[in-house]
Amino acid sequence: MTEATRTGPMLAADGTPLKRSLQRALRAQKLRALMLIAPLLAFILVTFVAPIADMLFRSVENQIVSDTLPRTAQAIRGWDHNSGEPPGDDVLAAFTIDMIAAVERKQHTRLGTRLNYEQNGLSSLFRKTGRGVADIGETYRDQFAALDPAWKDAGIWANLFADPSWRADHDAWEAARAAARTAGRPFAEPVPAFRLNDDLADVLPETADAYLDFARAVQGNRNGDPAARAPWPPVYLALYRDLTAIGVGRIATLDAEAQALLDPAHYAVRSFERADLAAIYRDIDRAWGQPTVWATIQTFSPAYTPGYFLTAVDLKQTPDGIVSQPADQKIYIMLFQRTLVMSLAIMAACVLLGYPIAFLLANLPLRTSNLLLILVLLPFWTSLLVRTSAWKVLLQQQGVINDILVWIGIVDNAGRLILINNQTGTIIAMTHILLPFMILPLYSVMKTIPPSYVRAAKSLGATNWTAFWRVYFPQSVPGIGAGCILVFILAIGYYITPELVGGTSGTFISNRIAYHISSSLNWGLAAALGTILLAVVLALYWTYDRLVGIDKVNLG
Amino acid sequence: MTAATDNGFVVFDRVQKSYDGETLVVKDLNLSIGKGEFLTMLGPSGSGKTTCLMMLAGFETATHGEILLDGKPINNIPPHKRGIGMVFQNYALFPHMTVAENLAFPLEVRKFGKSEREEKVQRALEMVQMGAFGGRRPAQLSGGQQQRIALARALVFEPELVLMDEPLGALDKQLREHMQFEITRLAHNLGITTVYVTHDQTEALTMSDRVAVFNDGRIQQLAAPDVLYEEPVNSFVAQFIGENNTLLGTVTEIKGGVAVVRLDDGELIDAKPVNVTKPGDRTLVSIRPERVEINKERLSPNAHLIHAEVLEFIYMGDIYRTRLRVAGNDDFVIKTRNAPDQRRLKPGEHIEIGWLPEDCRALDAPA
Repeated sequence: MTEATRTGPMLAADGTPLKRSLQRALRAQKLRALMLIAPLLAFILVTFVAPIADMLFRSVENQIVSDTLPRTAQAIRGWDHNSGEPPGDDVLAAFTIDMIAAVERKQHTRLGTRLNYEQNGLSSLFRKTGRGVADIGETYRDQFAALDPAWKDAGIWANLFADPSWRADHDAWEAARAAARTAGRPFAEPVPAFRLNDDLADVLPETADAYLDFARAVQGNRNGDPAARAPWPPVYLALYRDLTAIGVGRIATLDAEAQALLDPAHYAVRSFERADLAAIYRDIDRAWGQPTVWATIQTFSPAYTPGYFLTAVDLKQTPDGIVSQPADQKIYIMLFQRTLVMSLAIMAACVLLGYPIAFLLANLPLRTSNLLLILVLLPFWTSLLVRTSAWKVLLQQQGVINDILVWIGIVDNAGRLILINNQTGTIIAMTHILLPFMILPLYSVMKTIPPSYVRAAKSLGATNWTAFWRVYFPQSVPGIGAGCILVFILAIGYYITPELVGGTSGTFISNRIAYHISSSLNWGLAAALGTILLAVVLALYWTYDRLVGIDKVNLG
Repeated sequence: MTAATDNGFVVFDRVQKSYDGETLVVKDLNLSIGKGEFLTMLGPSGSGKTTCLMMLAGFETATHGEILLDGKPINNIPPHKRGIGMVFQNYALFPHMTVAENLAFPLEVRKFGKSEREEKVQRALEMVQMGAFGGRRPAQLSGGQQQRIALARALVFEPELVLMDEPLGALDKQLREHMQFEITRLAHNLGITTVYVTHDQTEALTMSDRVAVFNDGRIQQLAAPDVLYEEPVNSFVAQFIGENNTLLGTVTEIKGGVAVVRLDDGELIDAKPVNVTKPGDRTLVSIRPERVEINKERLSPNAHLIHAEVLEFIYMGDIYRTRLRVAGNDDFVIKTRNAPDQRRLKPGEHIEIGWLPEDCRALDAPA
């Protein structure tokens, strides 16, 4: 009976399944192996994998809009951007509260920068609006104050909206502060964290919500005391809106103190002079009167957005769907194409230049080939920056190469070749820099091809060329494959050399990514571009694997 | 040797080869190989035998002298035009082609038509009993199968001369013996001229019509295997081919085809002079182990008897191998057949051994 015909799992001598037995036997070994790589693994996870995952995540992340303008994002959902009108008072009031809170936290400029990627001018619009928004609601504040001066009193506001337990904590805190003052001791105890009165929040939801934001902003800002500062004018706007919206019966559910304050106000608001929010916003900036800005906010209010990826492929997300970018702003597809085409050109140049050298190296006596190999490796020991700068010297119009060509008489002094700050420059310099990555795998593969194959081919009647092409070349293909993958993947993500010698027409997508990372600070777009680049490389790798087989690649 | 140049199929005429311009790897090689002959170049590594083969194949050029193939000088003909089949040490089967493609390769470059190609390939495969393996890759074959394919590939374009460079070196012993037989059978059946390079003397003896023993860039002896074994012309050949017992001594006189040699321990023996010429010459007396007799009854009357001490007895199945001390030499080995009446010697025993004077050859003493 052979082992294969036996039914059931193989058993070890003691009756346990052989597989488990083997696993147990190998466990210590695996554990030891894991411990050996653990430091590097942890290092890579922390310094490499996690940041990259975070960067990739940024390409779809868009929480800044819903974080900064939570009420607006909620309220604008029902607005129809095709109506031709800006959204109504509900949205404007929500936006006002969001904005004043954002201004207090200095978040509105960041939001402006983010939305500016989608529509030009929004950055300055938000800065401008941030300056004006604090005044919205002043009309109502003055009218409430005229009705009852208590409405201007910070302590009364705090008492009204705070949970009774907070009031008690706050009283204790004030007593402690007074005691410290009398004793001349320094007092650094923080104000107790503000807690909202749930009953009141039920009756006056907008106001309570706005006041909570205010209280938190005050506390967050150098640990201020909400009971010592009158609320922002926009809070009065919220109060006006709440009071006009509710029936008198709701106020009757509150305690006597609150009723005494709110009843007259509830009665009075009906005769208050209304502030025209739409007009106020139009006064701040005409743009608020147009639906476009609001449509942009609406489109980008979800927490995740395909917007960066669309931008990266020259498309644009608009309220009406995905459209193509205007022709003068289409650059990324062209840049991707250029990156691919030039990387292929560099790869081809490396094969053409590297193959004969690798062949020579593999067929020379060891002493000579070692010496030549050192010459191949020599550039590795020189800084990349130095080599690229050297190419600048060589390639420029008054540079060494042009001088020699003029001196020999091949080109006219007036017709000096433009070899730098264009694609030619990038291809020349990068081919030189990446050539060793082609030569080394080729060399290591060719080294393993015994000379007897070519001899055998010749003895069988093949000419030198046939012997090379039919017998030697096919066996060196794995080396070409490895070199091409290496060079192509390195080239596609190259940055320094195109930046220095590429000018404007010879730059790669990576230069654009770098620009967005360090200059425009549009990290989302940079992440989207980087993700696409990564996907393209992986797709090409996969294709290569399907066509040639990655196991045929030999890196030596 | 000049006579050979007239009738040989392959002729080396005073060929010399140097790689560095300072030393000669092949020194004045003259060799004529007849049509249909199986000639083996045998020698230790570095003796120049492979260089000779490579010069014949065209991968090395002779520094001096002429190589002729079928009467025509080929020094300036590139390898692919020589039409010589060759089997390489590591077979050199093209790994990226199937077996059939490997075999079709020489036909393709000779512009044979497709159907003719296929027919020849199939015939060649069947010739080496590999008819069903055409679609396989070389890596899927065993060493012996690869060997057969390499052979078929060298023969498929019907060359008149086939060179083989230690083709059986990578095979195990049993397979090697089998392939030795196959190769000789094929070579004789097809009537092709074969030049075979090896450092394995058994291979050389069993396969060849003639063997050229190389050493130090020269042919030491060129003879049929039996002549080579039984009548080596110098001490190198005697020691290189087969096992050999040697005794050092000095010639005291030569007369009537017999040399009297005084061995270094004083004993006088008779030997057949091969390349000693005059009394006083230092000589190496050579006796094959199987020609030494320990059974006095079986010795002929004119045999020379000598005292020996048994040092070691090794049982090897079909034979016994006994190491003796004879005339001061501790490495004197005799082989006796495992026969019912054969005595097993014990170490420490003192016996008398003997041999016929004609089996004892007085050769030059190496310096």
